[in-house]
Amino acid sequence: MSSHSAESVDPGKVSLWDYEHHGHDPISTRTLGFWLYMLSDAMIFAALFAAYGVYVRNAAGGPTEADIIHPIYAMWESVVVFTSVFAYGLGMAALKKGNRAGVINGLLAAFALGLVFLGMEYKEFADLIADGAVPQRSGFLSAYWTIVLTHGLHMIFGLLWMLVMLFQVMREGFTQNVVYRLINLRLFWHFQAIIWVCVFTFVYLKGVL
Amino acid sequence: MLVDLQGPWNPLFGRLGLLLEVHYNNPVLFFAFELSVVVGVILLFWATCARKWGYIWREWLTTVDHKKIGVMYIVVGLVMMFRGFFDALMIRSQQAIAVGPDSPGVLGAAHGYLPPYHFDQVFTAHGMIMILVAATPILVGMMNIIVPLQIGARDMAYPYLNALGLWLTVVSAALVMIALFIGDFSHAGWVGLAPLTELPYSPGVGVDYWIWSIQIGSVGTTMGAINLIATIIKMRAPGMTWGRIPVFTWTSMASNIIALTSFPVLGVTLALLTFDRYLGTHFFTVGLGGDLMMYTNLFWIWGHPEVYFVVLPAFGMLSEIIPTFSEKPLFGYVTMVIASMAIAAVSWSVWLHHFFTMGAGPNVNAYFSIATMLVGIPTGVKVFNWAFTMYRSRMRFDTPMLWAIGSVFLLISGGMTGMMLAVPAINYIVHNSVFVIAHFHNMFLLIVYAAFGAVTYWFPKVFGFTLDERWGKRFFWFFTAGTLMVFIPMYTLGFMGMTRRLDYVSHTAWWPLLNAEMVGIGLYAISIACFVMQLAVSIRDREKNAVGADAWGTSRTLEWATHSPVPYYNFAVTPIIHDRDEWAWRRKHGLTSLKPDRYVDIHMPKNTAVPLVLGVLSLAFGFAMVWRIWWLAAISAIAMLLVIIYRSFDKDTDYIIPASDVERMEKEMLARAERVEGNAPAPGGAAGGAYASPQAPSKRHQGD
Ligand code: HEM
Ligand SMILES: [Cu+2]
Repeated sequence: MSSHSAESVDPGKVSLWDYEHHGHDPISTRTLGFWLYMLSDAMIFAALFAAYGVYVRNAAGGPTEADIIHPIYAMWESVVVFTSVFAYGLGMAALKKGNRAGVINGLLAAFALGLVFLGMEYKEFADLIADGAVPQRSGFLSAYWTIVLTHGLHMIFGLLWMLVMLFQVMREGFTQNVVYRLINLRLFWHFQAIIWVCVFTFVYLKGVL
Repeated sequence: MLVDLQGPWNPLFGRLGLLLEVHYNNPVLFFAFELSVVVGVILLFWATCARKWGYIWREWLTTVDHKKIGVMYIVVGLVMMFRGFFDALMIRSQQAIAVGPDSPGVLGAAHGYLPPYHFDQVFTAHGMIMILVAATPILVGMMNIIVPLQIGARDMAYPYLNALGLWLTVVSAALVMIALFIGDFSHAGWVGLAPLTELPYSPGVGVDYWIWSIQIGSVGTTMGAINLIATIIKMRAPGMTWGRIPVFTWTSMASNIIALTSFPVLGVTLALLTFDRYLGTHFFTVGLGGDLMMYTNLFWIWGHPEVYFVVLPAFGMLSEIIPTFSEKPLFGYVTMVIASMAIAAVSWSVWLHHFFTMGAGPNVNAYFSIATMLVGIPTGVKVFNWAFTMYRSRMRFDTPMLWAIGSVFLLISGGMTGMMLAVPAINYIVHNSVFVIAHFHNMFLLIVYAAFGAVTYWFPKVFGFTLDERWGKRFFWFFTAGTLMVFIPMYTLGFMGMTRRLDYVSHTAWWPLLNAEMVGIGLYAISIACFVMQLAVSIRDREKNAVGADAWGTSRTLEWATHSPVPYYNFAVTPIIHDRDEWAWRRKHGLTSLKPDRYVDIHMPKNTAVPLVLGVLSLAFGFAMVWRIWWLAAISAIAMLLVIIYRSFDKDTDYIIPASDVERMEKEMLARAERVEGNAPAPGGAAGGAYASPQAPSKRHQGD
């Protein structure tokens, strides 16, 4: 095998320096980085799901899956999450048209639905505490709380981020920075919905099988 | 409180009351303390007297320049390696003294001078420091400096994130150092053996220091990985196709893919352990549904890829150094790239070989044994490629080449013993013996050799002058003698049945070999002195040793196609790439002039103090979490969030260097290059014409 690439250019005629080179498309560079970040975030959930698969049998005489999981309630939570993502999507459609009011309305609706989701989750866990199904009770409950609340924590960060973006869209309009952040936030928000699908399937649906 | 804490706790000071129980009269601790204070005071004094604070603030603390960040990474790594060496010295001297029932004991130890509790902290700190805050930062620093230069980028994809990654790594190192003086460090081994790390078994703050130091540092490493991958994908100069990317950049890519995917798993593992210790959950406890093996599995799912994360950049360094000093292109570029990616892929599926003996059963063991051995294939490909590069070449034995060749030898011997360990039947015999220790030191030392070679090789690129060869060679030979004297006896002791982590050696027949290792440690100490001398002499002679762009005269890749030291904008004008070994190609065709036809404006990121501020806040956060000072933890976490949000409102983050300024700076650098060009070591017998000397004036018309 040759270690040298074939010589295809005439050294007498080449140009050595590129004077027009003005860096790269900043928005796509930023979104690429965010995709990479989400890959690492996906690994976090992958590890948690793998662990959950092991711990789900370790109820240590305490409440089991069947005792604490309510898939119908979780279904309504899913509906809320997906509507929130849909609202965000409408906002992004407005962004394509440069419609500031549309973006703000989309963000507000997504934010409100996100809050509803967190409220529902709050009630779910308050009930668990009332039943004594606290994470300190067993390995299974530790894993259950951790996986669902890690997703919940991501939702909280998403909501905070939406607040910041609402402010920035109102104040600065669609500058390059604002636009790439809106795109990244969309990735983030969709990603949370996808994770929720996994939680719903592997934790809630599987729990009642 | 959710968990039963032993000892005092109060809302204002957390667990700091425990400090009253620490024994500060220990002279070993005292020595470390005095050394740190004296060095610190000298540095502060020097900076103040020489009025360097403004300079340090502007040029280093707030910089977003990838080369300076890289240099700081490497400095942190070297300093921590020195600290890790001290720990090694203590382990070795303890084991050399505490042999046999009649061995004396001092300082409260029954034998030797380190009581078991202290000894355990020493080897835990040694392992954790050497891997996570010595080797990793040195390699990450090297990637930071070299990768953008090799692909013709002006900067990295996210300079601000890059600085943040650095400061988080510094916080990780700082927490380990603080643990030396305020409280104690984990005694559960650098792998954090479960359930020894659970609160009831380790009621102090040592394990918490270990957790938060690794946790914060690994966030930094993940950010660095995102940055490097995006840089390689997005920031390449025109013509730098995937098939032309230099091998060091390729291995950095492979390495950072590993980091990006494996460090989150470590984060999860440590977080679950944190929940156990802080909230009383039951992930890795012995009862109530906890699962110890889950910890071991999760830890090594990160731990094994991590060793490839550090070894791959080392392979990349060898692939740059060996061709330069063989004066020949690298043999088998394509196979080298494929091998790197294959190693990255397979490294993921072998974690269980770290616990063959824990009862997984023959089928599982067989699977992991075979998977482990598969890694040997691409590694072997690499060794053959380097060998074929050197075969029938004009080899030159400059210091970087010595380190590189030493590294290849270590790779061969370490690889062989690794193959032995990958056989479960053998593993059952040598598991937890010092044979294993000798094996993985063999592997880590290969990385250290490659890194020292790379530091010497790229030093002139970053600083504009070469390191002293005479002291460099002394450094190399003493270090190598030390390596042989420590690790050959250690392999032997492993076969003789000596287990690892012994604070007291009951078997007196091991004593002669333990003493031989002591001699080896002495040789290491001399080599460190040589290294310090090498730095001092080189800095003294920096005018004499100044070099132009191509410091070695036979280097091949793009980083040599700009000035040494590299200006902060890297390339005055973005280079266009025509060949896999662009600089060798340009040299061959007499196109080595760095003077373009004209200059253009350059767009650069502005310095910022935000990463440093976030670093300070995360140090406060880590410290507060270790000591369970909840108010401080909450305040610093909220402050971090606010700073990040505040920064997102900052629109004034870049600036333009006008073409006229570029021209002025370039003129100075070209004049300097003219002055020093003759200093470059002459490429040995470059008679054939294929390797025109770097001085050859470029007569060709350039540009369009
Ligand atoms: C100056 C050369 C070095 C010497 C003499 C040395 C010596 C030692 C010794 C004696 C031990 C303890 C073995 C035992 O348990 O009995 C040890 C452990 C260890 N060393 Fe080193 N070491 C050196 C460099 C390094 C480097 C460069 C690395 C990694 C990059 C490293 C990583 C480790 C690790 C991970 C452990 C295991 C700690 C544990 O048992 O938890 N060492 N070393
Ligand atoms: Cu391994």
